[in-house]
Amino acid sequence: MARVKFLCDADRCIECNACVTACKNEHEVPWGINRRRVVTINDGKPGERSVSMACMHCTDAPCAAVCPVSCFYTTADGVVLHSKDLCIGCGYCFYACPFGAPQYPKVGNFGSRGKMDKCTYCAGGPEADSTPAEYAKYGANRLAQGKLPICAEMCSTKSLLAGDGAIIAEIYKERVMKRGYGSGAWGWTTAYHEGIAV
Amino acid sequence: MTTSPSHIRSIIFALAILIAMPAMPVLAQQLGPDGAPNPTASVVPEQKLLQQSPRIEGRIDIPSERARVLMQPAGRQWDHFHEITLHWVGAIVILGMIALLGAAYLIIGRLRISKGRCGHKVLRFSSFERFSHWLTAASFVVLGLTGLNITFGKIVLLPIFGPEAFSSMSEAAKYVHNYVSAAFVIGLVLIVALWIKDNLPRKADIDWIKQGGGFIKSKHAPSGRFNAGEKLVFWFALGAGAAVIISGCLLIFPFYVTDIAGMQIAQVVHAVIAVLFIAVIIAHIYIGTLGMEGAFEAMATGEVDLNWAKEHHDLWLEEQLAKERLAARSGQSSAVPAE
Repeated sequence: MARVKFLCDADRCIECNACVTACKNEHEVPWGINRRRVVTINDGKPGERSVSMACMHCTDAPCAAVCPVSCFYTTADGVVLHSKDLCIGCGYCFYACPFGAPQYPKVGNFGSRGKMDKCTYCAGGPEADSTPAEYAKYGANRLAQGKLPICAEMCSTKSLLAGDGAIIAEIYKERVMKRGYGSGAWGWTTAYHEGIAV
Repeated sequence: MTTSPSHIRSIIFALAILIAMPAMPVLAQQLGPDGAPNPTASVVPEQKLLQQSPRIEGRIDIPSERARVLMQPAGRQWDHFHEITLHWVGAIVILGMIALLGAAYLIIGRLRISKGRCGHKVLRFSSFERFSHWLTAASFVVLGLTGLNITFGKIVLLPIFGPEAFSSMSEAAKYVHNYVSAAFVIGLVLIVALWIKDNLPRKADIDWIKQGGGFIKSKHAPSGRFNAGEKLVFWFALGAGAAVIISGCLLIFPFYVTDIAGMQIAQVVHAVIAVLFIAVIIAHIYIGTLGMEGAFEAMATGEVDLNWAKEHHDLWLEEQLAKERLAARSGQSSAVPAE
């Protein structure tokens, strides 16, 4: 099986936030939860770049390591998922996550965050694939249907890439070679312990 | 040769550029050979941004300071602290203290009252003092156990209980930890208010340490109401208690006062101090129960044997007896005032 990853080509991102909207719509996530978000660096200055960020499904995922109840698991594709039945809402995964991916439905005073929610790479959760129970907790399971995450699928500039890490790295490399520049695969060194050498 | 003003101006301009160059922001628009903006040269790569600051932050439409942070690789360091450093430090400090006390028990054994009990009792702690102590003590044990569960539960308890039962238990433990903390704060404030006066350092403390703190039977270690060892426990509890309370408040109201880095630091402080606190309190429990005959009743019934008081808190006993005599002489009541 392939090791799937996300790659945001910041030189192509136009900060349209369609990935964010598509994600919210696909999974019907509650108000206030942002499984994906777009951050603009050096806004209004030369060299401004926008990066679409969600859970990067890290290698040696720090969220999984720090979880006091070990509610995370990694699929054969390298997708990092968790069980909302086991999550105790302690908030530690947010402290450990390099990308601010974990989200909580409530404010969190006195530990009342509620069950953590995050990007599932459109791969659902521990429940049986594509069941209403899985959808209610984790959203759509597109991967089970042979589809890639909705955010990358509908990205209008094909800035956000999802799929086999080796293939999307190759696509990014080709782009950089052709156009002559590239600000790098944002987050890859932190998430996967390796960047993309061009 | 004449120099025109325009020449001078351009030289000054070039000099100014040279001087300003190092101070110029890295983000300045850079132009290609054809004079058109060069997107490669203008953009700041991720690695450079991370060298400049531990976090990469930007602008975002979501009204949340947290969401503004694009990347914080420090999360991995915090993960390393939490999963490697804390596990080792916690296990070594706590198990090490238990081993040390076990060895002390085997080598020194229980410290007996040298002259045996005489049967006459002296009031050492009033009921309110005992209430304050036990409020703090009971909440400390609950907080310690539920706190250790967050760090060590998945290693020790998860394999025994299984994921579902362990999660339900841990969630309950989390709420217990968060709410019982209030009792600990109240208890600690009461303890400090009641005993700070008797815990101020005095001359006898130096003698007490020189005489081996009561552990050497042939020597007598003089002491007031609290000996130097008890004073150290008091001041440690005050300092460590304040540290866990402040860091705990930051953790219980996440992101109100501080950002992600602050939350990580608060957790590190909370965990490290708590582990040391637990080790010190284990020693405190040992000496107050198993380690010394006649000590536990001071906190249980509030009264200690006169011979115990003579042996361990002679200066305090003198003061108490003097007060008693004074009260008897003035014809008030023969009861010893409860301090």
